[in-house]
Amino acid sequence: MEKFTVHTGRGAPLRASNVDTDQIIPAVYLKRVSRTGFEDGLFSAWRASDPDFVLNKEEYAGADVLIAGPDFGTGSSREHAVWALQDYGFKAVLSPRFADIFRGNSLKGGLLTVVLPQEVIERLWEMVEADPATEVTVDLVEREVRAPGLAHPFELDDYTRWRLMEGLDDIALTLRETDDISAFEERRAPWLPVTQ
Amino acid sequence: MARTMAEKVWEEHVVRRAEGEPDLLYIDLHLVHEVTSPQAFEGLRLAGRSVRRPDLTVATEDHNVPTENVFGPIADKVSRTQIETLRKNASEFGVRLFPMGDIDQGIVHVVGPQMGLTQPGMTIVCGDSHTSTHGAFGALAFGIGTSQVEHVLATQTLPMAPFKTMAVTVEGRLRPGVTAKDIILAVIAEIGTGGGQGYVIEYRGEAIRSLSMEARMTVCNMSIEAGARAGMIAPDETTFDYIKGRPHAPQGADWDAAVAHWEGLRSDEDAEFDHEVVLRAEDISPFVTWGTNPGQGVPLDAAVPSPSDFDDPSARASAEKALAYMDLEPGTPMRDIAVDTVFLGSCTNGRIEDLRAAAEIIRGRKVADGVRMMVVPGSMRVKEQANAEGLGEVFTAAGAEWREAGCSMCLGMNPDQLKPGERSASTSNRNFEGRQGKGGRTHLVSPLVAAATAVRGTLSSPADL
Repeated sequence: MEKFTVHTGRGAPLRASNVDTDQIIPAVYLKRVSRTGFEDGLFSAWRASDPDFVLNKEEYAGADVLIAGPDFGTGSSREHAVWALQDYGFKAVLSPRFADIFRGNSLKGGLLTVVLPQEVIERLWEMVEADPATEVTVDLVEREVRAPGLAHPFELDDYTRWRLMEGLDDIALTLRETDDISAFEERRAPWLPVTQ
Repeated sequence: MARTMAEKVWEEHVVRRAEGEPDLLYIDLHLVHEVTSPQAFEGLRLAGRSVRRPDLTVATEDHNVPTENVFGPIADKVSRTQIETLRKNASEFGVRLFPMGDIDQGIVHVVGPQMGLTQPGMTIVCGDSHTSTHGAFGALAFGIGTSQVEHVLATQTLPMAPFKTMAVTVEGRLRPGVTAKDIILAVIAEIGTGGGQGYVIEYRGEAIRSLSMEARMTVCNMSIEAGARAGMIAPDETTFDYIKGRPHAPQGADWDAAVAHWEGLRSDEDAEFDHEVVLRAEDISPFVTWGTNPGQGVPLDAAVPSPSDFDDPSARASAEKALAYMDLEPGTPMRDIAVDTVFLGSCTNGRIEDLRAAAEIIRGRKVADGVRMMVVPGSMRVKEQANAEGLGEVFTAAGAEWREAGCSMCLGMNPDQLKPGERSASTSNRNFEGRQGKGGRTHLVSPLVAAATAVRGTLSSPADL
């Protein structure tokens, strides 16, 4: 996983709430067995049907900080939603509230999801709509989002922050605890089912 | 200290706890399917890792499979590759697999309980958000992403962030014709699609206790639609009766020891929940959705709402967008909405009781002209049982299509899809834009409403027949 410390880029305003993962990437793209190349599926229905959709606007080409409404990433657990955002070029998503599974997936994969109050999201929308060249900085070190005339802290637990900053693989970390896992297995109840 | 059921199950599974780190939880059962696993197995292969506990892992083919001609190769090449990839991975890593055509194949959340693999007090995960279904047994069950699938395959554990607890109590008795699906749609409309965010919900109260296991699964299944991490119901005699005698249920002395343990799992009487919601069962009536998220629902007796009914600007904007997509006018009685398709199936409502309830309404009647009804059993065992009871004949005699098991039109990954502009009454769990096919419009309903709608051609309840 790529390390994340401080990222500065342009923002894409997605003025919508309840953007579910079926919108982020429709199920038809989930048939693939690869781990990359999902950018064509990102918001594919909206990109195909709505010329005014933010990613269809030339002025937001290359924007890599998605600024979204509340309840972003609801619905299906498909991690493909995170991969599609990353493959398309997004480094961070800002929203007043994320669905749990999507948030977990994003932070596993190094896509920084940042919770900001609705009014801060509104200000950022206004800023990047007034001037699409506005630079937005997502600073994981200081846990702060900055834009011209705006600096707002965000919360992220120390452990997740450390993991993202170091670009650490969760599995490797857990495998260090194999002795604890084996000891736990000794204590498991004998009636628990096995599949084979 | 008094604890809730969720807290007890969590505590029993902590492998490692360290200050400033998430708890490392042991996973008792890992369910796998073709869509969210290929990249996880590939990750293991690249890192030279193995599956730690193949004996706590089981795989089935469900999301992608056709529901016709299941004994031949899949026509769609990409789908076929994904199925073949799962078969190759299962064989290479020693994971038991129920392939298409196998009598034990079916939707992952139908297969686990029917085999007796789902038991109270377990931790259960799957790369699928509807894993919350298994909470109906008093298990702590949650959907995970592919990175976590790989993590569980490699370590049989997951680091998990702490959760909050919510009690949803449904007091009193349900009125006739009102089902578990109506309860959960009413709950989601009440708390919203983000209302459960960060919570494990425990469903309680007389109306919940009186539900069968299958109906309890319907309730817990859609916890994720309220944004919750998981949903649970305390195990009781109904639970034990359901599990007893199933292929993987404990036997003999193990059974007695298991039941004794399970009985201690329920929340302590003085346990405190972080949030409580109370509904009266008598107030719930057949519920249907009008919009493009599962929280946008109303009683069937009501009309399509107007965006101006919503005070919150974001809810108002969302309603406007939904009505445009659904092509609905505010004020239209829900009963006046005509559908092209009725879908009966899915991990929400594809079990034998759902098919029985719908068949009871359909028996001796015909699917309305111009309406297509598709009945997709949740598993091949469900299909076998339904055929043994003559339900398959009831559906086909009425003019419905009686298919093989799979996720089917719930998410339209196989050929079972709506065409652009088509409208369905669907017993599935999501009415998102394009969920059942690009441009398709979905109304979520109970099996009873689905059956009555198939007969009348407009959203209806059995009382309308």
